[in-house]
Amino acid sequence: MRTEPEQAPAALSIQRQLRRSAARRRVIRAMGHVLVYALMISLALLFMLPIFWMASTSLKMPREIFAWPPEWIPSEPQWGNYAEAFGKYPLARYMLNSAILVIANIIGGLVSVPIIAYGFARFEFPFKHALFLLMLSTMMVPGHIKLIPLFWLYQKLGLVDTYWPLILPAFFGNPFFIFLMTQFIRTIPRDLDDAARIDGAGAWGILYRIIIPLSRPALTVVVVFTFVWVWNDFLEPIIFLRDWNSYPISVGLAFFQGRYSVEWHLFMGATLVSIIPILVVYFFAQRHLIGGLASIGIKG
Amino acid sequence: MTAQERRDAKTGYLALSPWMAGFLVFYAFPILATLYFSFTQWTLVDRPVWIGLDNYIRMFTRDPLFVSSLKATTLFVALSLPLKLVLGLMLALLLNLKMPGMNVFRTVFFIPAVISGVAVSLMWIWFLQPDTGVVNTLLSYVGVQGPYWFWDLHWALPSVAIMSIWKVGGAAIIYLAGLQNIPAHLYEAAEIDGASKWRRFWRITLPLLTPTLFFQLIIELIDAFKIFTEAFVITKGGPLKATYFFLYYFYEEAFRNFNMGYASALALFLLVVIMSCTVFVYRTSGRWVYYEN
Repeated sequence: MRTEPEQAPAALSIQRQLRRSAARRRVIRAMGHVLVYALMISLALLFMLPIFWMASTSLKMPREIFAWPPEWIPSEPQWGNYAEAFGKYPLARYMLNSAILVIANIIGGLVSVPIIAYGFARFEFPFKHALFLLMLSTMMVPGHIKLIPLFWLYQKLGLVDTYWPLILPAFFGNPFFIFLMTQFIRTIPRDLDDAARIDGAGAWGILYRIIIPLSRPALTVVVVFTFVWVWNDFLEPIIFLRDWNSYPISVGLAFFQGRYSVEWHLFMGATLVSIIPILVVYFFAQRHLIGGLASIGIKG
Repeated sequence: MTAQERRDAKTGYLALSPWMAGFLVFYAFPILATLYFSFTQWTLVDRPVWIGLDNYIRMFTRDPLFVSSLKATTLFVALSLPLKLVLGLMLALLLNLKMPGMNVFRTVFFIPAVISGVAVSLMWIWFLQPDTGVVNTLLSYVGVQGPYWFWDLHWALPSVAIMSIWKVGGAAIIYLAGLQNIPAHLYEAAEIDGASKWRRFWRITLPLLTPTLFFQLIIELIDAFKIFTEAFVITKGGPLKATYFFLYYFYEEAFRNFNMGYASALALFLLVVIMSCTVFVYRTSGRWVYYEN
């Protein structure tokens, strides 16, 4: 704001007052920011404490882990603990198993979810609304109800102790992902479909040339959530898998906890390593997550 | 129907066919089969023997484990769900402030939510060790004798609840998506009208966030009822069955004792409980969930 010499004195004083109150507001604002930052930093430190403690323990010598008062940061970090953990437990094997399950499930989701959601979002047909509601209601069906009949079925088919029970469902579309993707596709303007149609694209051409490339954020959610869920899944692997060598990392870790529960320095190292893939995926994908999830709020 | 409509319907059904097949195999068949098995005695190796309502009679009249596991699960839901919903919203409001560096905090708070399951359980066993754990060490600095957490009859269940609240960032991120959907012009209009921040929260933010809140309530409710891994890894349901949650009981009946018939009755009961809660929330939603248009 500039003061012009020809302005009346009254206007000048109003301007001065405005400037002063703006300055006061700025100070209050800055103080507010400092308070918020202080709160956020202490909360963040509190939230990271369990992870910090795990990392710290993983670098300690065996005699240090039960020492009192505990050492916050080990004086001589024992990086060799990690090599020892990998040598002692088949961690690499378990993580590879988890990776195989994750990749298969992601492929299943990426193949099935866009097609199904495209059907819900773009076509009119009898019972569509009823089917959509049915699909939504299956989101509320807890997974445990399936376990006994499916175990029986898989046993009949000779699939117990293979990865099929842990992979097959992904190829039939997870209802949460279908819902998310349907909502997302509805936000893509239909003009784009029409333009492609005029260019001679059929229904599937539109899906693969227009819809899927524009659905990146929603597909990112599918990939990241599938990764996290499958990597962390515990109940289904302990039911459907028998052979130790085929265990995913979640079951492998729990299994070792029962047998070597005193070697906490190795154990915390193994646990830390087991979460690194998830953290890496999360760090790379988080930018897209909010955009992909935002479509939930749109009423269907 | 015109030719175009018929073609649309055909493509639509074709697109939905994987889901419809999946619905039959992974939802319809298992639910109906579980219903049937719940009226039988069956150990998986022999043929199911029809015993009518016997499983249900046993469940409701003479099964102390059914009662105690149901109690533990209800208590866990009652402890963790409201805290998670309220704290999640508070955290989301903080994270939604337009200040530099907020995305770093967002990342930090969401980390616990992505590493759930066994890894978190193992980390927390170590974190809450009665003698050498961090929490009790810090408490001892201020002269407080910390409890035995997972190893104390009365503290075990609250400890599991605290651990689940650590994952509140997952709820916060969903709220955050909802917050970012609220049109900015509403706030601008309210500010011009001189509405205070507090008033803006109650009159704009909260009403427009109710669809997200509703979604969240249902998801978290179902999730809380399914608590299993933490109890299995940390406490083995103890001490004295204090954390012997319903799903754990179901798992042991079905896949340890192979009482498939009785376990089916338990599974169905949990399904009915979860569905009733969901339907109840859904029924009341007309009164408190606000939809634009």
